[in-house]
Amino acid sequence: MTATTVRKPRRPDARRPVWEEKPTPVGQAAKTVLLTLLVLGVLFPLWVILVTSLSSRETIAEAGGLVVVPKGIDVSAYQTILAGGAVTRALWISTLVTVIGTAVALTVTVLAAYGLSRPGSLGYRWLLAYFLLPFLIYPPLVPKYLVVTGLGLKDTIWALILPPAISVFNLVVVRGFFQGIPQELLDSARIDGASDVRTLLRIVLPVSRAVVAVVGLFYAVSYWNVWFDALLFIDRNDMYPIQRVLQSYLLAGQAPHTSGATSGVTMPPTESIKMAVVVLTVAPIVAVYPFIQRHFIKGVLIGAVKG
Amino acid sequence: MTAPKTTVEAGAGRPRPDGSTPPAAGRPTGRRRPSLGSRLRRDWQLLLMVAPGFLILLVFSYVPILGNVIAFQDYNPYVGANPLEAFLKSNWIGFGQFQLLFEDPAFWDAFRNTLAITAFQLVFFFPLPILLAIVLHGLLSSRLRGFIQTVVYLPHFFSWVLVVTFFVAMLGGAGLLSQTMREAGLEPWNIMTNPDTFIILVTAEAVWKDVGWGTIVFLAALSTIDQNLYEAAAADGAGRWRRLWHITLPGLRPVIILLLILRLGDALSVGFEQFLLQRDAVGRQASEVLDTFVYNFSIATGNYGYGAAAGLFKAAVGLVLILVANKIAHKLGERGIYSRS
Repeated sequence: MTATTVRKPRRPDARRPVWEEKPTPVGQAAKTVLLTLLVLGVLFPLWVILVTSLSSRETIAEAGGLVVVPKGIDVSAYQTILAGGAVTRALWISTLVTVIGTAVALTVTVLAAYGLSRPGSLGYRWLLAYFLLPFLIYPPLVPKYLVVTGLGLKDTIWALILPPAISVFNLVVVRGFFQGIPQELLDSARIDGASDVRTLLRIVLPVSRAVVAVVGLFYAVSYWNVWFDALLFIDRNDMYPIQRVLQSYLLAGQAPHTSGATSGVTMPPTESIKMAVVVLTVAPIVAVYPFIQRHFIKGVLIGAVKG
Repeated sequence: MTAPKTTVEAGAGRPRPDGSTPPAAGRPTGRRRPSLGSRLRRDWQLLLMVAPGFLILLVFSYVPILGNVIAFQDYNPYVGANPLEAFLKSNWIGFGQFQLLFEDPAFWDAFRNTLAITAFQLVFFFPLPILLAIVLHGLLSSRLRGFIQTVVYLPHFFSWVLVVTFFVAMLGGAGLLSQTMREAGLEPWNIMTNPDTFIILVTAEAVWKDVGWGTIVFLAALSTIDQNLYEAAAADGAGRWRRLWHITLPGLRPVIILLLILRLGDALSVGFEQFLLQRDAVGRQASEVLDTFVYNFSIATGNYGYGAAAGLFKAAVGLVLILVANKIAHKLGERGIYSRS
């Protein structure tokens, strides 16, 4: 990025413009400490929780609670959890909500984004304003609650899937990307007689894989993370998504509105079981994230620039 | 950053289909607008594509926004078989709910807490992503930079339940810190339940979750600053700090102002889940914010009209704040989030 003024780079990657001073040792050290702390601050809690979830009762008792240095691997916590019960069920519900929700939301968003990417079409300005306004005015909580319950969605997964099925931010990101596609490509399709549906499916979508992946990740993460909507709309314990169960396992006593979620478990959860629930909640995000991470900076920026 | 106006009109300058195409095929062809019928025939597929999103926003955004009028009702969910019927049968009481609200000390507590937390985060959170972005931008090794970015973006994707869980596990009464302190023979302290330090705790959580994510937009802005400016400044004898002050920060100015406006418009929404999750651990006095107030005094207790009034008040103040902030931005010669020109 800053390479144009340099004649002889020492390494292909590390080169400093000639006019830039060498960093002082103090500055260098401060930067190193800051960045190391930052990286450790994110990774260390994850490590401790993973290790504790994989530790035996004895190791945990010896460490006095959480385990930092692992001593052998014990997967009994996971066996207990996945043998059935509240957590297994919640994982299924969350998977279902995430898969169906992401599919629905992506479809709705891509269609709307394409429909709103052709200036001059019928009602273009009005429709665009209609879609962008909710960005400034959030749906108020109480009336939204009444609408969702009034539609009979309470205690169904649709209460979690439908209201957030289009996010204006994601719409703006996808639409921005679509508008960046070279016009010649779309014009040639039209000259060849392709309809809008055909253009979207055959030309626009194939070149938009990256942005669809990013927005898909955003939707998937938000569906996987759904907690508050579940607090509002899901009263039945056996319909709880994983975040609700996690909260009642780990933060119960802090939140009395949600007692009774532990009905599927007979014993009080041990430390390793608690931490195993955390790991299972984190795992899907950490597993998918690296594959899509490299795309999303571009995606977010399109949103930031056009929005 | 292009102005929304240019975005809207981006298509006006697009190349027209040349003479070989019939006028009906391209969209903005001749000077004469095609008739409604022919435009409908031409664009029905686009309209159909927009329809699902249109319906979802109608039902789950627009109807609730209109539904705010229950703030002026003594809404009683039991007088009807469904919310609509209950709405039609409930009594109109004008500004009664607002009167009650403004006389409610709990509401003003929540209001004060909200403003305090916003102000605190503006000072102690807002500058951090800028600082971090500048440090990251200065890293020479792109692999190292990429690795650090990957790591620090990650917490943004965790739910608040997870973030609070992590903090409890690390800093809570049974957490790692207390555990270590007990072993060292010290008196453990539980940060998670201390109302006095709650504002620091929630800010720390917000920083942990989003400081990395917040750098993205600043990193992008940094990469658009012209390198020649730095070189010229260096040639003129400007040192590292002067270059930072006179080139880097002015280069970031539009983004900083944009984000400040957005933050100001959201001043009354400090984040809902974070506070609801910790409300009972630290007590209402310190942790009730307007959002949790709305929830606790409506859905949790069934007093819908009252909660709707609080929500409407919050939305109205937020809208005013964003308009004012935008006005100030225009006065400062910045673009703001929208421009009326």
